[in-house]
Amino acid sequence: MTAGLRDVLSVRDLTVRFGGAPANVIDGISLDVAAGRTLAIVGESGCGKSVTSMALMGLLPSNATVAATATTFLDAPLLGRDEKHWRDIRGNRMAMIFQEPMTALNPVFSIGDQIAESIARHRGLSAKAARARALAMLETVRVPDAARRLDAYPHELSGGLRQRVVIAMALANAPALIIADEPTTALDVTIQAQILSLIATLQAETGTAMILITHDLGVVAEVADDVAVMYAGRIVESGPVAALFDDPQHPYTIGLMGSMPSQGPRGGRLATIAGRVPTPAEMPPGCRFATRCPFVVEACRTARPPLRAITPGHDVACIRAPLEQHLGAAA
Amino acid sequence: MSLAAHPILEAIHLTKHFATPPGFLQRAKPPVQAVTDVSLAVRKGETLALVGESGSGKSTLGRLLLNLMPATSGDVLYDGRNLGNLSASALRQVRRDLQIIFQDPFASLNPRMSVEAIVGEPIWLHSTMSRADRRARVADLLKTVGLAPEQAGRYPHEFSGGQRQRIGIARALASEPRLILGDEPVSALDVSVQAQVVNLLEDLKHQFGLTLLIVAHGLGVIRHMSDRVAVMYLGEIVELAPVDALFETPLHPYTQALMTAVPVSHPGLRRPRAILSGEMPSPTAPPSGCRFHTRCPHGRPLCRDEKPVFERLDDDRHVACHFWKELANAGAGSLAPPPASAAYVTRLDLFKTAQATMESHP
Repeated sequence: MTAGLRDVLSVRDLTVRFGGAPANVIDGISLDVAAGRTLAIVGESGCGKSVTSMALMGLLPSNATVAATATTFLDAPLLGRDEKHWRDIRGNRMAMIFQEPMTALNPVFSIGDQIAESIARHRGLSAKAARARALAMLETVRVPDAARRLDAYPHELSGGLRQRVVIAMALANAPALIIADEPTTALDVTIQAQILSLIATLQAETGTAMILITHDLGVVAEVADDVAVMYAGRIVESGPVAALFDDPQHPYTIGLMGSMPSQGPRGGRLATIAGRVPTPAEMPPGCRFATRCPFVVEACRTARPPLRAITPGHDVACIRAPLEQHLGAAA
Repeated sequence: MSLAAHPILEAIHLTKHFATPPGFLQRAKPPVQAVTDVSLAVRKGETLALVGESGSGKSTLGRLLLNLMPATSGDVLYDGRNLGNLSASALRQVRRDLQIIFQDPFASLNPRMSVEAIVGEPIWLHSTMSRADRRARVADLLKTVGLAPEQAGRYPHEFSGGQRQRIGIARALASEPRLILGDEPVSALDVSVQAQVVNLLEDLKHQFGLTLLIVAHGLGVIRHMSDRVAVMYLGEIVELAPVDALFETPLHPYTQALMTAVPVSHPGLRRPRAILSGEMPSPTAPPSGCRFHTRCPHGRPLCRDEKPVFERLDDDRHVACHFWKELANAGAGSLAPPPASAAYVTRLDLFKTAQATMESHP
C-alpha cells in the first residue's frame, strides 16, 4: 500500500473454508503491511476478521482449509509450512494480542513465568536471563511496581494491567508483526486510551508492523495508517485512513460510518443497515452485501464486483461507486 | 426544560454497601461501597444517562432506583411515594410502571420459553386478559419493535443479538410502563445493529411518552440519546448537567478526562493529549476527601482532606469539585465537532434516502 517501505507481510487471495461449509468464510482477500505501519481490519461480528487473523497465525483447527495464491512473511512463504515452522515464528517473529486478557493468560502460572516461557523457548536463554528479560518487558509496558508484580497471578491484576502483560508477552521477542484482535474492546474508555497510546509509543520505538482488528471506527481513526473494511469474508474497501473517512465509497462503509453516533450535537436519526450478515448457507452469489444494500441493481446479484482503484491506493469493490455519479445518471 | 418539574423518580441520600459475611476461617472483609449518598431526580419524559467506568456504581444505582434491590440507607420516591413504605400490592403496580432492558440479550431471555411466552408473561402477570387477547397483544408488541408477529412461536436462540434485544424491549413494553431503565442496552451489539436499537428506543420514547434512564459507558450513544447526564465515579455522582453543556464544557476533572479519552472521530483530529493515569481505586477502601484525588491531575491538599460539596450552579448543572471554577476550561474544546467531508455527507444522504425507500417498499 505504501511504496518504498518493505512489506513485512504480504498475502494474495487468502481463502478459508471450514469442512462441510457451503461457502468460503474468507473469500479471496489480499493484504500488505509494511514495517512500522498499522493496518486496521474493520468489520462487524461474523465478517471474518478474526478468522483472518487466526489463519495468518496458523491457529485454525484442522477442519479448515486455508489457501492463498501467494503469502510472504519476512521474504519467506508463510502458508503451507509444517507445525514446527509455525511454532518457531508464533510468539517470536509474529505475535498476537488478544481481546480478553483474562482468557489469554493462564490462571495457574505467574505472569513472570508466562512471559519468560516464550523468551526461553525462542531465544534459548537460561531461566534467570529469561526472567530478567520478562522484568524488563513489564517495565517497557509501564506496569507499576514491576519487580513485585512478576510473581503475581493474572487474577490479582486489573483488566488494564492484564492487557499490559499480554502486550509485554507479545513484544518479548521483538516481533516483526503484531496482530492485535480487538485489544481494547473489553476495557474502559480511560484505560483504552492508556493502552492505545502505549501500543502507539511502543510501535514507534520498535518499528513493528501491526494488523489491528476492530469493530470500532473511533479506534481506527485514532491509530490506523491504512484500513481494510471487511464484509462477509471479503474486503469491500481499502485505502489510507484519511481517504476512507473523507471519501468513503462502498455503501457498507458509508452505512457503518453513518450508524456511529457522533460526539457532536445530536444530528437526527442514525443511519442503519437493514437485515444482517448472511450465514455461509445463504451467501449470495454476486456481491455479498447485495441482500442489504439500498443501491442494489441486478448486476450486483449475478457477478462478484472486482476490487478496483478509485484513486491510487484507494480500492473499492462496488460497481456503483462513486454513488453520486451512478445515481445521478440513473435519475 | 421546566426546572425540576415533576420528578418521576427520585433518589434521596441513597447508599448501597455490599458486605461479604465472614466465613469459616475467613475474616470479615470491608464492605464494597457501591453507591454512596447519591441524590438524584429523574424528570418526567426526559432521557437521563448514568455514565461511568466499570465499578463506578452506575448499574447498582439503576437497580436501586427500580427497587430491584434494597438500599443500605436512603429512600427512593416514585411519584412522590416512598417505595420503602409501599404495600406489596402497591409495589406490584409500581413494578408494572418501571421496567428494565438488560445488556446481554443472550443471558436475559429464558431459552426454554418461546417469544410469545416471554413477551406475554408480564401481561399474564399484570392483567386478566384472555389468552386470545394476550396473543393479539403480543403480536402488536412484536410489530412495534420491528419483529414479524409470525416469529412469536420461535425460541431465543433462533434470533440474532439485535433481534433478541428487540424481544427484551417488547417484554419491557408489555406492562405499559412509564419508565424504562436500559442497563447498557446496546453495548453488546454491533455498531449498525446498535444504531437500529438506539433509533427504536427513541421512537418508542416519543410514541409512548416514556421516561428513559440509560446506564452506559459508550459516550457516543449517550451524546446522541440523552437530555441530561450524570457522571459517576466510585459510587458518587461527580457531575450532572444537560448533555450539550456536559460535552462542550465539562467542569469536573474526571468528566474532562473521560471526554479526552474518547477516540477521535476522524484521523485528522489526532493530537497528543493528557491521558488519565492509574486505575479506579477499590470500592472497599475509597480514598478520603474527594474520591478522585488519587488520579486527579489538578489534585491539591484540600482535595485529600475534605469532601467537595455537590454544588448546584445556576444553569441546571451540578458539580462536586473544590476547584471547578479554576478548572472549568481545562477540558474545553477537547472535542471539536467532526469535520464531515462533502463527499461523505452527500453519500450518507443518498444512503439514508435509499434505505428509507427500501424499508417502505420491502
